[in-house]
Amino acid sequence: MTSDILIFAEQRSDRVHPAALQVVTPARALAAQTNGRVVACLIGDKLDAAADAIDKTGVQALVTVSDPVLARYSALRYRTALSAVVQSVQPRVVLLPATFMGRDLAPRVAMRTGAALATDVTGLRIGDDGGLDVTRPVYNGKALCHVCFPQDRCAMATVRPNAFVAPSGAGGAARESLPFVLAPGDERLDTVEVATTSGEIKDVTEGDIIVAGGRALKSADNFKIICELAKALDAAVGASRAACDAGYQPHSRQVGLTGKTVTPRLYIACGISGAIQHLAGMRGSKVIVAVNTDKEAPLCKLADYCVVEDLFKVVPLLTAEVKRLRG
Amino acid sequence: MKILVVVRQVPDSTTVIKIRPDGGDIERAGVKLVVNPFDEFAIEQAVRLREQRGDVQSITALILGPAAAAEALRIALAVGADDGIHLQDEAFDRLDELQTAALVAAVIKDGGYYLILLGKQEIDLDSGQLGPALAEQLDIPHVGATVKLEVAADGKSLAARRRIEGAEEVVRASLPALLTCDKGLCEMRYPSLPNLMKAKKKPVRVVKAADVPGFAELAGVVGGTVLHTFQPPPERPPGKLIGGGPEQAARELVRLLREEAKVI
Repeated sequence: MTSDILIFAEQRSDRVHPAALQVVTPARALAAQTNGRVVACLIGDKLDAAADAIDKTGVQALVTVSDPVLARYSALRYRTALSAVVQSVQPRVVLLPATFMGRDLAPRVAMRTGAALATDVTGLRIGDDGGLDVTRPVYNGKALCHVCFPQDRCAMATVRPNAFVAPSGAGGAARESLPFVLAPGDERLDTVEVATTSGEIKDVTEGDIIVAGGRALKSADNFKIICELAKALDAAVGASRAACDAGYQPHSRQVGLTGKTVTPRLYIACGISGAIQHLAGMRGSKVIVAVNTDKEAPLCKLADYCVVEDLFKVVPLLTAEVKRLRG
Repeated sequence: MKILVVVRQVPDSTTVIKIRPDGGDIERAGVKLVVNPFDEFAIEQAVRLREQRGDVQSITALILGPAAAAEALRIALAVGADDGIHLQDEAFDRLDELQTAALVAAVIKDGGYYLILLGKQEIDLDSGQLGPALAEQLDIPHVGATVKLEVAADGKSLAARRRIEGAEEVVRASLPALLTCDKGLCEMRYPSLPNLMKAKKKPVRVVKAADVPGFAELAGVVGGTVLHTFQPPPERPPGKLIGGGPEQAARELVRLLREEAKVI
């Protein structure tokens, strides 16, 4: 085992996932503690733009595994590729973004390489005993758990999106490419199509800013004012379970326990009272705004800013104000 | 085709979580326990496959936990599973998620299961490790966060849709395979009272550590994380109330978000 920190720089169509760039920040802090290097690993087909993007975060080395059969994600081929990189680099710690791909891939690679794993972590350090110590939210964010790793095996973690800010660096990392060697049976699983579901608006899990609406919107048509504010802020649109169950918005936009967990830097909840199941999905947001006529609603209690006004009047005015300031 | 459904028992999402004074765990007394919501989708999907197809021989539900976890197993049996496996031994409590996956694999590997279904994550520790790790240990394909499933007529392959950021992936896999289930796949039917009574008579095999070949070596091979302490999340400072009419409130909020919070 070396002192190096390996990061999985998830990319799709040669674009690095923003959450993967953020993972470099805790990787650099850990590498400062272990006196090791930060090594980034890219897996896919055409990887030139992705390699340049990850290089600009200041990683020390870059390992690429490029092959036409890796153009689309497959849990089997990607676990084979990433496990081979882990065995080649022999890192002390492996970090992945806690995205759909990272969550899907990390347990397989940890199992295959005999590592230990914690998922969706928000804090990391090398403990006094030399093992990795991490913090992760549990029980829908109602508690934090400190997890300790054994010192004698590779430690893996997936890092919660937006828990860290992506760094910038000098570039010019040493680049190495490893051939992809298919493992027997990898052909048993294939992604045959990627169908976009969100249209022109950003997916709710990708939003730096999210504008969400609840049942108080009263109809799918009324959600227009939410979408317009989102557009002005370059934000994603979210919705409560009640709003999705009523058919105002698709379930792909549902934020909450059985929907999506989001951690944007700004979450604007309009007409959402804040059932526990909704709070579970957005409690990790940096700044929370509630727009609600009932200042006793649970979401107003949680919010940093609570606008006690009629959302149908105030939301269009917010849109106008944002547009005015952004020219 | 034999189907296995993995079920977890978790605190109800509306439960107030209190941490024990020593920080070693949450207070377990008085916490209402339910079937993990994502595992409910897995139970229902298994039963629907049997209703749609003629080739489903059996549905087995597996749970890991103390004697009280039998209650969650009974719900799976009432909804449609034929028999149960209950992994019940204090020695299992010390295993982390990957070691648990290795344990489950050791118990079921000779069971001839062609399709394994479970929820995409457990809503207590939210780790989501068990499904993909179990598939790796069994060396079979898996599809994570499945929202749609079609098993081919010949029972040899499946097509599934899985949720990713802003899109869905259409995935094909050969069987045997494992699927983790996400919201949108299906909703579990309500177990009727007569079926809950009948479920009591369905066979449940209790598995102890001594029944698992190679159990002593499990922990030495993989995993080994320890849940050290729990603490409450940091308190958020009290928020600011903004009013004074829609025009003033809109202006004031945008000003605060720019100048104070610096987020827009």
